[in-house]
Amino acid sequence: MRLEPRESVALGWQVGAPLLAVIIAMALCSGLILWAGASPLSAWGLLLKGALGSTFALTETLTRATPLIFTGLAVAVAFRAKLWNIGGEGQFYVGACMATWLGTGLITLPAWLMIPFLFLTGALAGGLFLLIPTWLKTQLKADEVVTTLLLNFVVLLVVNWLVFGPWKDPMAMGWPQAAPVIDQAMLPILVPKSSLHLGFILALACALLMWWMMRFTIWGFEIRAVGASLKASTFAGMPVRATIIRTALLSGGLAAMAGVSELCGVKGYLTLDLSPGFGYSGIVVAMLAALHPLGVVLSAIFIAVIYIGADSMSRAINISNYIADVTTAVCLLMVLLAMFLTRYRIRWK
Amino acid sequence: MDILSLFLETGFWLAMVRMATPLIFGTMGELICERAGVLNLGIEGIMAAGCMSGWTWVFLGGTLWGGVLFAACVGAALGLLHAVFTVHLGLSQHVTGLGITMLGVSLSSFVFRMVLPQVTTPPKIVPFAPLDIPVLSTLPFIGPVLFSQTALTLLAFILVGVTAYVLLRTPLGLALRMVGENPLAAEAQGLSVLGLRTGAVMVGSAFMAVGGAFLTLAAFDAFYIGMVNGRGWICIALVVFSSWKPGKALLGALLFAAFDAIQMRVQQQSISAIPYQFYLMLPYLCSILALITMSRKAAYPKALLVPFRKGER
Repeated sequence: MRLEPRESVALGWQVGAPLLAVIIAMALCSGLILWAGASPLSAWGLLLKGALGSTFALTETLTRATPLIFTGLAVAVAFRAKLWNIGGEGQFYVGACMATWLGTGLITLPAWLMIPFLFLTGALAGGLFLLIPTWLKTQLKADEVVTTLLLNFVVLLVVNWLVFGPWKDPMAMGWPQAAPVIDQAMLPILVPKSSLHLGFILALACALLMWWMMRFTIWGFEIRAVGASLKASTFAGMPVRATIIRTALLSGGLAAMAGVSELCGVKGYLTLDLSPGFGYSGIVVAMLAALHPLGVVLSAIFIAVIYIGADSMSRAINISNYIADVTTAVCLLMVLLAMFLTRYRIRWK
Repeated sequence: MDILSLFLETGFWLAMVRMATPLIFGTMGELICERAGVLNLGIEGIMAAGCMSGWTWVFLGGTLWGGVLFAACVGAALGLLHAVFTVHLGLSQHVTGLGITMLGVSLSSFVFRMVLPQVTTPPKIVPFAPLDIPVLSTLPFIGPVLFSQTALTLLAFILVGVTAYVLLRTPLGLALRMVGENPLAAEAQGLSVLGLRTGAVMVGSAFMAVGGAFLTLAAFDAFYIGMVNGRGWICIALVVFSSWKPGKALLGALLFAAFDAIQMRVQQQSISAIPYQFYLMLPYLCSILALITMSRKAAYPKALLVPFRKGER
């Protein structure tokens, strides 16, 4: 077996590869559905119906996609610069904590000021938080994969302490949760009688902004150059360190905005289960989109379809809704494989 | 509370060695992979898979050692998957590893729920009993601390010796290290770079899975979702801390477990103002600290993260 680089890649392949990967992943996961004693076709049908079958289902799916767009963008921009930020989960909670601290009465502004204020401060906190592992990487060469991962556990423990201790809401009947944010901080609902909130529009705006930045600005060019070759960009006299710091601020900020958006858009108060792993799912979202900011929107919606659909599927047929986690994991591996086949062809000899 | 008196207690040392065991397996497994030039970020998921598969084997009527073996096979299978992606196809070791972790964690939760659909408190199995070796177990201090542990702990210590010997004293180990330092030279010697790396990742992953199985078959007697709880990531930090040397890795794991055992004791005994969550943070913070202290002068295997393709430079 020999691997041969392709000279050029047809556009059809580039778009088709992730689609193909998704289909293969679903075929593989059909085995698990068969094991549960259900027919895969009807199960996937139920999943699609549960996620897209009604206006309500659709709004639920887009609501779920909102934090995934933010965390997906966070991963996409970081991985572009080969900054391996796996700490999206921690930065998510840093953003949510910041919004809880400032938004539960400490500062009161009219809604049109309050919401941008919370998003900006949250993003700043998340970005600065990612600067710690980034600084450790550039100064002390400590691998950021491990440090960001381990910091996720630390942040979760801090949140645990906050919601059981100093921030515990006395009005919450003993539940471990913080006080709700003030009304001015709550994001307006977009579709009446649904949970779809302004955060979705903000996420779309961020995706557009990131696409524009990566495609048309010097900052974007520098981020891509540093990711493509650290040596070459140093040699070309690019501000490598500043670029990495900028990337970290952007990435951490975006992940933290997911936390602010979930807090002020969906729940209204800080709990320990505010994120069912949005930070980690962001990696799958970004990889499915081949790190393209606009692709992130589509792949975030796709992952949201899987999670929302799996809930109703698991109720209809007797299967654990962990099937959604398995499917996304298999999607991640398959998309790697598909991307590989767009760059190489296998020659059997 | 007097911390010094803690060190005079046999119970403390016993706890330390017990808590170090999964870390020893995991660190040794990761060390083997990295020495051959492959970063295995799948460790967290592979440990989770070992945790679940070992327990399920015993729960469904298998023997304890059968469970350990089964866990090792599951680990090796996930390792093979990692090797096909990263070694044979040369895909990103970071992303593949994270994918394997997600797969291992989610699949073990899924299978657990499928085997036991309607259970709120997980059922228990009869775990490994502490050893009772004639003479050795009755030695003062050493006896209880080392020889009254479960058989898996003893196995962990033996594995460190075997790994160190094979890696540093045999032609196979030399080949393995060469593949991780200079694969081109290894190939010129007629060694199969891809084969050696695949083997290393599979064996290393099997070690990790046994470390996971220790949690359900010896340390506890039930499986909980989220049981591994970052131990895999701690192992990765420990490998850097140990400068890729098996002996130092053992020391690192023990030192780390000592900190963990101390924080647990202090947490139990003190009525201090410090909330328990801060004690629970210590293992993660210590790992980061360990990583920082050693990273600057860390001598990474030269070909770590670098895929090898025949005829490509």
